[in-house]
Amino acid sequence: MKFLDEYRSVPMAKKLVRQIHQRTSRTWTLMEMCGGQTHAIMKAGLDDLLSPCIRLVHGPGCPVCVTPMHVVDEALDLASRPGLVFASFGDMLRVPGSHGDLRGVKAAGGDVRVVYCPLEAVKMAIQNPSLEVVFFGIGFETTAPATALAVLQARQAGIRNFSLLVSHVLVPPAIETLLADPDCTIQGFLAAGHVCAVMGCTEYVPIADRFKVPIVVTGFEPLDLLQGILMAVTQLEANHAQVEIQYSRVVRQDGNAAARTLMESVFERISANWRGLGEIPASGLGLRAEFSAFDARKKFRLQKFEDFDPVECISGLILRGLRKPVECPCFGASCTPEFPLGATMVSEEGACAAYYRYRTPSTSVPHPLP
Amino acid sequence: MCLAVPGQIESIHGNEPLTRMARVNFGGVVRDASLAFIPEAKPGDFIIVHVGCALSVIDQAEAQKIFQWIHEMQDGASKGRPSNEIPG
Ligand code: SF4
Repeated sequence: MKFLDEYRSVPMAKKLVRQIHQRTSRTWTLMEMCGGQTHAIMKAGLDDLLSPCIRLVHGPGCPVCVTPMHVVDEALDLASRPGLVFASFGDMLRVPGSHGDLRGVKAAGGDVRVVYCPLEAVKMAIQNPSLEVVFFGIGFETTAPATALAVLQARQAGIRNFSLLVSHVLVPPAIETLLADPDCTIQGFLAAGHVCAVMGCTEYVPIADRFKVPIVVTGFEPLDLLQGILMAVTQLEANHAQVEIQYSRVVRQDGNAAARTLMESVFERISANWRGLGEIPASGLGLRAEFSAFDARKKFRLQKFEDFDPVECISGLILRGLRKPVECPCFGASCTPEFPLGATMVSEEGACAAYYRYRTPSTSVPHPLP
Repeated sequence: MCLAVPGQIESIHGNEPLTRMARVNFGGVVRDASLAFIPEAKPGDFIIVHVGCALSVIDQAEAQKIFQWIHEMQDGASKGRPSNEIPG
């Protein structure tokens, strides 16, 4: 596919890898923020190719992985109700709540439908006026504008049987939380290209300044990731800490104003609980008061559920870059993608799932970049 | 989850800002995508689509810079080349 395949060139990737090795005088620890980047890194074996110059740790940038348990429990409650269609991205179906997952609710007769796009859920509501349709709005700044658009389309169509279970979260407050942790070892960030396609880069400048870390807005293909790493390393070796854009074919300095305006007209910033990271002020999105008719929590008078993480799961430490998945005693034993204990094993983009798929002997695939 | 895919706009339908759609060709597979966030897009443009909504028009000149830069990169170049030599 154009704008995809050419960024997977093996000879060019090798050249970039050599440059990174040549330019590093010591080991640098970088965090790639987005789960899509984690997946691409593991698939191409970039972490092995860059060792020992670069130590890559994997950030909390998979929305599936950071959605807290109480939200999954809210989803299970809604999805079990008769006369209600619960529309969700497919990734959320296997995330464990306190008593099962959406897949189980569906098997027990709940009307859980997988959608690829939030706008499909609006269409479902229009086509099924006798059913209540609830869309599970999860994701980062990349996805929140699409959810906002669904709400605006529903309002324009005048439908009353559409609502949202919202759990959108924002990346920069999470980066700040990670960097403020005294145990933090991260020296540079690869920021998530598609988040910045919407938001632009301005929010990252004060973070780079305050914590003295280079932040490189990076794409998702091997050449993108390697160039992003090379840019971060070049800054680190020169003692610089700036925000740079590697993914300039997609990301503009000021992002996408139209998407942001729609998103901000529907949502406001609220405090949010992240699985693994806990409560972070102003790190989530909630519906503004004028859109409260679309709030499934109010509409269906959802009870408050408690958050807890399974004691044996160390995904909180993994999401903060303090541990690797293989250091978890459950990894590949009591926790596998088929029967995940923690959300980082559920999503393809979760660090545990990426390691399981690409780094366990039984499932390992040959590295595309030898 | 934040996966977004490049595709080329074949045709555009509708004028209303919230519901304007495009037929988008993703390497042979054609699907609809909302253009609500990129009102400036034209047929023939390459765009990035995430969960059925286009987020950005791909800048073709920027897209080529990385190859030129890798091509010009000398293997064995000295350390500490300033970061402003990297396109970005
Ligand atoms: S392997 Fe499973 S139990 Fe261990 S940290 Fe990952 S998700 Fe949690």
